[in-house]
Amino acid sequence: MAEKMTGAEMVIQALTDQGVEHIFGYPGGAALPIYDAMFQQDFVKHILVRHEQGATHMAEGYARSTGKPGVVLVTSGPGATNAVTGLTDALMDSIPLVCITAQVPTTLIGTDGFQECDTVGITRSCTKHNYLVKNVADLPRVLHEAFHIATTGRPGPVVIDIPKDVQFAVGDYYKPETETLRHQSYRPKMDGDLAAIEAAVDLMLKAERPIFYTGGGVINAGPEASENLRELAELTGFPVTSTLMGLGAYPASEPQWMGMLGMHGTYEANMAMHDCDVMINIGARFDDRITGRIDAFSPNSRKIHVDIDPSSINKIIRVDVPIVGDCNRVLEEMIRIWRSRTNQPRTEAIAPWWKQIEKWRAVGSLNFKNSDTIIKPQWAIQRLYEATKAQSKDVYITTEVGQHQMWAAQHFHFDKPNHWMTSGGLGTMGYGLPAAVGVQVAHPDALVIDIAGEASVQMTMQELSTAVQYRLPIKVFILNNERMGMVRQWQDLLHGSRYAHSYSESLPDFVKLAEAYGAKGIKCDTPADLDAAIAEMIDYDGPVLFDVLVEKDENCLPMIPSGKPHNEIILPDTADIGDIIDEKGRALV
Amino acid sequence: MNAHLQPTGSAYFLTQETQQTERHTLSVLVDNEPGILARVVGLFSARGYNIESLTVSETEHDKRLSRITVVVVATPKVLVQIKTQLERLVPVHKVHDLTAEGAYLERELALIKVKGSGEHRAETLRLADAFRAHIVDATVESFVFEVTGKPEKVDSFIALMAPLGLVEVVRTGLAAIGRGPEGM
Repeated sequence: MAEKMTGAEMVIQALTDQGVEHIFGYPGGAALPIYDAMFQQDFVKHILVRHEQGATHMAEGYARSTGKPGVVLVTSGPGATNAVTGLTDALMDSIPLVCITAQVPTTLIGTDGFQECDTVGITRSCTKHNYLVKNVADLPRVLHEAFHIATTGRPGPVVIDIPKDVQFAVGDYYKPETETLRHQSYRPKMDGDLAAIEAAVDLMLKAERPIFYTGGGVINAGPEASENLRELAELTGFPVTSTLMGLGAYPASEPQWMGMLGMHGTYEANMAMHDCDVMINIGARFDDRITGRIDAFSPNSRKIHVDIDPSSINKIIRVDVPIVGDCNRVLEEMIRIWRSRTNQPRTEAIAPWWKQIEKWRAVGSLNFKNSDTIIKPQWAIQRLYEATKAQSKDVYITTEVGQHQMWAAQHFHFDKPNHWMTSGGLGTMGYGLPAAVGVQVAHPDALVIDIAGEASVQMTMQELSTAVQYRLPIKVFILNNERMGMVRQWQDLLHGSRYAHSYSESLPDFVKLAEAYGAKGIKCDTPADLDAAIAEMIDYDGPVLFDVLVEKDENCLPMIPSGKPHNEIILPDTADIGDIIDEKGRALV
Repeated sequence: MNAHLQPTGSAYFLTQETQQTERHTLSVLVDNEPGILARVVGLFSARGYNIESLTVSETEHDKRLSRITVVVVATPKVLVQIKTQLERLVPVHKVHDLTAEGAYLERELALIKVKGSGEHRAETLRLADAFRAHIVDATVESFVFEVTGKPEKVDSFIALMAPLGLVEVVRTGLAAIGRGPEGM
């Protein structure tokens, strides 16, 4: 059963036994024994990054697009500290990561040794759990336990810190056994309480103005959860909206889809959230970008909240029916109980509600004034979407953070889960390019596009070199407005248009930059040329940096200003407001 | 700041807490592993919860379990968060809010050093007797008392010693346990 091997060999053996085919990493002094063990096998393939932050975002993209855990291997000290941003990002967005950090030998710990840092101390608050393994006898258990903890319950990042002498030490290795994995204190609750689910369905059966508000939890619960969400939506006939993280769980092409909700969500989704009588939150966490002003959030609704994390319940919004459990299992139960009560959707009872929603929808809150002289960023995304729709390949989209991210969420439409990778909770600029690399590693034949801004993309630009090295044909679609657009927008709306440090000066020539990396560069600044340039980008067999020069001062609308309720949303001036908004609301437009 | 420079909004909602705070005693059963105390304390500081008292010691050696007694002051909403956030920590087995769950006992131990001579010395001893404080160290000019009881009793004893030559105090913090036959 047990096999004698070194700690370093155990790491590689455990990765093999866990079915890990790709890891993202960067070597260094303390990690050398693990790299040496890796050199002597070929199951686990290593992707050499240019900066450890890139490794963590790649692992996130890999995990988000496959449902499998992403694995990172970095050295001690700066290797570990550089990984902190990505670990925090994964914690906020519930992405399963296992990050192995090397550490100085146990005898040097605490002496301020070369490339020493308190990795477990630093990462304690940005991981779901972390370990410092001081004895090789603990290593096999910790390695397998880390995968178990990262992938079950509410997923998250787990760090294993392994000192160099433990990597050299010889011990007994055991394969992962479900028996030994029964953790004493870690037991995530998967099945929702049946009485609570019945109470939820009873509320839904009486609803006149219902709404499904779904989130990243549906995606994390696996593709079956998305299937079940579709089935439940069809059974009930209720409208569906989703958070940024949940896009794709419900198809954007369905008539029941209302678009994203929240600060930059559609008018219809936000108004429906405000006016509903029954809200069914599945796998979302009432984030502050969603709720707007808490005391004015959906004031007249009964709220059902399905979440696998008990601490999410009643954290921000008090709910009437809390259900702690895995989204997929709860959805399955909801479908079963709904079917046992009725075989009809509530079409007639909620017809007036749909009529109201159609009125809101007719406002056209995502409209914008197009131009034939300058490329509007929203239009660029629409053209990109149209071009990718015609592709036979699977299309995956990642983003950076800012205006372009919100425009991508508004104007690119997703029909499948796991095809949209974005940094939601932490809002990490620089996420998209490395995430695209990770997605492309997992799906070599797919079309992977990072919708980027020129400011964000420069934070992790060096990973283009990784894409070139591994022949990963990612496309970086840069909406270049020479501004940190979202910061500029806030300064415009809230700080008297005093644009403190929100413009990009000395921008690189992205075409030359791409060429310097050995990738292809394309530049486009006229609307008439955009379609052809997009086609050129998609058709090129290799990584592309596409510099799209867009309108510089476009604001991302609609927008719920902070401290305002959902029904005080700012609409674009192209919206057909008609008699829908009263005088007060109009003043905000 | 000049009025015209005041922002008209914020990226976050700046609302005041309106709920009243309450004092609760929580009992937390955890794996006795390196770093567990840092995890618990780190959670409190990271999420801005206030600790009034914290006591930790291994209680079941063969199972490597420790029990942490923590006294917190928080609003009812935050109290629920503290409990569920603690339960989220992987090495945490159970969290009980003793204050919310019914009758329970609280005890604290203090060692109190008092210096003095003459009439003060006699008075110190009389009071110590009344509080059932034991003398655990004595010199011709000082005593160290050990006193056990509810925190209020310890507080009163310390207050009485103050004018009689109190030198220093050390307290264990609170240990608490539920009344009746049920275990945690």
